[in-house]
Amino acid sequence: MHRGKLILLQLLVGVLTISVWEIGTSVPIGGSYLLPPFFFSTPVDVALRIIKWFVEGTVWRHLWITLYEAMMAFIIGSAAGVIIGFWFARQPVVAAVFDPYVKMINALPRVVLAPIFALWFGLGAASKIALGITLVFFIVFFNVYQGVREVSPTILANARMLGMNDRALMRHVYWPSALSWMFSSLHTSVGFAVVGAVVGEYLGSAAGLGYLIQQAEGVFDVAGVFAGMLVLAAFVLVIDGLVTMAERRLLVWRPAAETHSL
Amino acid sequence: MRGALDLDGVTVAFRLADGGIYTAVEGATLSVADGEFVAIVGPTGCGKSTLLNVAAGLQPPAAGVVRKAGVPLTALNRDAGYLFQADALFPWKTALDNVAIGLETAGVSRRQARERAQAWLTRVGLGAFGNRYPHMLSGGQRKRVGLAQVLIRDPKILLMDEPFGPLDAQTRQIMGNLLLELWSTDRKAVLFVTHDLDEAIALADRVVIMSAGPASRIIGDWPVTLPRPRDIAEVKVEPAFRALHRDIWQVLKGEVLKGYAQTGGG
Ligand SMILES: Nc1ncnc2c1ncn2[C@@H]1O[C@H](COP(=O)(O)OP(=O)(O)OP(=O)(O)O)[C@@H](O)[C@H]1O
Ligand SMILES: [Mg+2]
Repeated sequence: MHRGKLILLQLLVGVLTISVWEIGTSVPIGGSYLLPPFFFSTPVDVALRIIKWFVEGTVWRHLWITLYEAMMAFIIGSAAGVIIGFWFARQPVVAAVFDPYVKMINALPRVVLAPIFALWFGLGAASKIALGITLVFFIVFFNVYQGVREVSPTILANARMLGMNDRALMRHVYWPSALSWMFSSLHTSVGFAVVGAVVGEYLGSAAGLGYLIQQAEGVFDVAGVFAGMLVLAAFVLVIDGLVTMAERRLLVWRPAAETHSL
Repeated sequence: MRGALDLDGVTVAFRLADGGIYTAVEGATLSVADGEFVAIVGPTGCGKSTLLNVAAGLQPPAAGVVRKAGVPLTALNRDAGYLFQADALFPWKTALDNVAIGLETAGVSRRQARERAQAWLTRVGLGAFGNRYPHMLSGGQRKRVGLAQVLIRDPKILLMDEPFGPLDAQTRQIMGNLLLELWSTDRKAVLFVTHDLDEAIALADRVVIMSAGPASRIIGDWPVTLPRPRDIAEVKVEPAFRALHRDIWQVLKGEVLKGYAQTGGG
């Protein structure tokens, strides 16, 4: 589809949604509102709230804290995932021994860990980072493990015929293959890093977007809740755009159909 | 005999998932002399790739001996360059880096390796394609990169597994002539697998025929005395070519039919 047309349609969906919201909250139908403002606020109120946050500058600190927590969770979780994924893939015995435990921990809904992390690491950024790590780690770990295990046998045989020793195989075959699998899950792992931070903040903290939303909910400030969600959504869109840009650079060697866009 | 490569009574068996044993090749004896171009032809599934894997040292035989330059092979065949049947380029490396890697692993500096790789890409007609990744190349271009990747290491013996298999007729001809031209400069020993008898006769000094599997054997060995240099298209219309083709086809035809019956055509 033509790019201009696409953007136009995307805008149209947004305008329509906001119109329905505005009409539902401000035009009484048969004596009652379709979307009572007490539960749904109104687009104008929410917009004013967002503008106020940015004009007063209070929101920046929360954005920065959430970004910081997500980034740390992503970096530490990815590094651990790459190292352990590589290790397990190259040491089948280790992988077999730990297999049931990995599955057990991965099956655990990570939200239940949040209070424990708060207990261990306090209410500051550390407990949110820890929560994010538990989410990011497994995505990266499984992808790297897969990437190392699933190198085509023909490519491996070719590498050996071309004179590669174990170290060269690592560097020229296993490593790029593992990284490509990791990068192809970049959207998911970055997304989960943000989820970890926000959920952690929501369940107990003094700063961050999750905290902002939780505070507003505590006093039935629906405009505040919606404003918080919209800022969070915009934040995620921006990060996702950055990931797409990084992906284009890192996966140039992949056929275009395999790299997702958005 | 003491050629560049000798297979002596080689038998290859695979253990199947159900616990049974499948004998792919039985008692294959074959020798490639220095500078000799040998083509193997046989029905699909008869064990041609398997035989090349044995020659490369990637697949140990269940019985028999493989010798390179008279010495029994116990590990990878370091004298051999292997152009695989399936795509084997590194998808995450550019064409240039794919060609250069075989020198880098041999200790050549990266700069020098890339310079020589560029020269090789030019020789196979892809001088301007060095910075493309494999998925941006056509099937024929990929095969040419693969050829450069193998030849840059200057192997003593060249193993080629249906290198032109998936290409169209014209491209096969061009590739065949390119191969003959490259080969004529230093006359490596070549073991060349194909299912195309025309191609085998046009390229090789000797054509070896394998029977349909299981327990495939070598059932024929014909010298090709057509003069060199040859042009693939022109040599095919010579009477000596037609006569040899008729002789070999007499033997091969029955095996091809048997092969289809047994393997379901693939
Ligand atoms: N790893 C394996 N395990 C079991 N059987 C195998 C294995 N590899 C090959 N075979 C069998 O050995 C036989 C020979 O296989 P091979 O790949 O050498 O055939 P080919 O002559 O190269 O065929 P094509 O012309 O189709 O490439 C086939 O019947 C195949 O099914
Ligand atoms: Mg084959």
